[in-house]
Amino acid sequence: MAQTTKTQKTPRVRVAAIAMRGHLLHQMLVPFSVAYFIAALVTDLAYWRSALVMWERFSVWLIAAGLVIAGLAILTALVDLLRGRQRPAWGLALTYVAAVVLSLFNVFIHSRDGYTAVVPAGLTLSAIVTVLLLSVIGSGWSLTYRYRAGASK
Amino acid sequence: MSQFHNKVRPTKFPRLAAIGLAAVAIGLAGCDRDGGDPTRQIGAHPFLPTLQQYLLPPIRIARPLPWGNETPKVPAGLQVHALATGLQHPRSVYVLPNGDVLVVEANGPKPPIFRPKDVITGWVQWFAGAKAPDANRITLLRDTDGDGVPDLRTVFLDHLNSPFGVALVGHDLYVADTDAIIRYPYEDGQTHITAAGTKLTDLPGGPIDHHWTKALLASRDGSKLYVGVGSNSNITENGIGAEYERAAIWEVDRATGAHRIFASGLRNPTGLQWEPESGKLWAIANERDEIGPDLVPDYLTSVQDGAFYGWPYSYYGQHLDPRVMPQRPDLVAKALAPDYALSSHVAPLGFAMSTGVGLPASYHSGAFVGEHGSWDRTPLNGYKVVFVPFSGGKPSGPAQDVVTGFLNPENRTHGRPVGLAIDRTGALLIADDVGNTVWRVSSAGPTPKPAS
Repeated sequence: MAQTTKTQKTPRVRVAAIAMRGHLLHQMLVPFSVAYFIAALVTDLAYWRSALVMWERFSVWLIAAGLVIAGLAILTALVDLLRGRQRPAWGLALTYVAAVVLSLFNVFIHSRDGYTAVVPAGLTLSAIVTVLLLSVIGSGWSLTYRYRAGASK
Repeated sequence: MSQFHNKVRPTKFPRLAAIGLAAVAIGLAGCDRDGGDPTRQIGAHPFLPTLQQYLLPPIRIARPLPWGNETPKVPAGLQVHALATGLQHPRSVYVLPNGDVLVVEANGPKPPIFRPKDVITGWVQWFAGAKAPDANRITLLRDTDGDGVPDLRTVFLDHLNSPFGVALVGHDLYVADTDAIIRYPYEDGQTHITAAGTKLTDLPGGPIDHHWTKALLASRDGSKLYVGVGSNSNITENGIGAEYERAAIWEVDRATGAHRIFASGLRNPTGLQWEPESGKLWAIANERDEIGPDLVPDYLTSVQDGAFYGWPYSYYGQHLDPRVMPQRPDLVAKALAPDYALSSHVAPLGFAMSTGVGLPASYHSGAFVGEHGSWDRTPLNGYKVVFVPFSGGKPSGPAQDVVTGFLNPENRTHGRPVGLAIDRTGALLIADDVGNTVWRVSSAGPTPKPAS
């Protein structure tokens, strides 16, 4: 009996995940990056139609900002995983990481000079990233989930 | 209850992600990043490879290393020594009729930040030693005893605005600041100008001012000034509106300041000279970047009145640049190919026509070109002064290396050649904006006395 109590207490002794008021930090960061990446598709389309450099500059800053936020999100999620408090939510996490890696390529393509910074490769990558992110939009944007999630309750 | 719960199923193979990554990997395969033999791109008919665009633009910085006891290297029959050291980013040199040498010390306005890339570019230039403060002045060097070593050094003109070109017509000294041509009264033998300048005309300057140098050349009758005005971008990434009256050679009327576009489509015409035999205007120009280590060759060309040389829509005649939108087939159709390619990314910034005296006979007819050197090509290209022999008013052979050794075997830069001039004795002067020196190249043996 005493031994059982001890094992039950063990998780509480572990360091908590990086969270604020019960929300994982990465869970709050991820939606910002998603919004930026998807907005870049909109500004890419605007550039494609207008050839006004303002839209291309919007796109490259949006993707760059999305990458910075995504970097922080992935970092905090990894810390949570390494501390053993959380398990990866493979489906969402891999899709998100793929979108981030593609966006890294995309920011370089968008850093080219002139029209080919967007059309066709940049615009195509922005579209692929948008499709990837929309495919997991109902997930609640958590890259990890708690041990035994769904088993307790 | 816990916010840490979520509804994602533990495993779901992200097929879309895999497809996306595979597409990118295929797109990246097969990029040839190293440049070929530059000699294939020297002369009237340069080899032009297929255009390629990069994921990561190539950046190849040559970090500066002080000259110490080293000097540039010259072939047999020539000698080189420092005319002045400790200058502040000297960009161009100009010789006055009495033999005084003007050294223009400038480093351009601060570039704006429009994209994340501009932040990175700033760091790269800083590492390459190209971020010296803008001195905005002209220093005068006078060698009274003719021994090739100046014995007087004064601040000739101060508080300029990123100056580059200088031209003297009679007693009017014109300085091409980045945003205007200013006229100063000049008396023979003057070592310092205190008089306020008078603006002859505005030139395209800020707010972007991507290519800030304004080359200047007076017509031989003194009635006109020719100005090299560089583009406001690499390839219109700041919008075509920013290119108004840029990437062109202006002809400015000296009496009224009125101007017309003499020739256009020259991306960055950094040097203008009269070819002595034909009397024609010649220019050096820096071509576009980021479409390959061997594109587009920088060039030396005669400049025809009213001609269009391609930028931004095409290069070397009708080779289209897909980065420009909307395109202009009407302009591309009439684009002229330049006369003589200098090879890619050498960055010609100095241009002087041989005067036929002083230097050995093999240098009597032709053009000296100061190649500042590449920052985006492997292997590095330029970082030397070359001589293009002329005969009958046209280039007549391959470019020969005249002054080398700016780059050491470890690819560190002792210096980078910029503006050139021929002094009164026929010796070649070279501004070196990393070594902060002006070099003088003369015939080996006793220094010839000045004519007067």
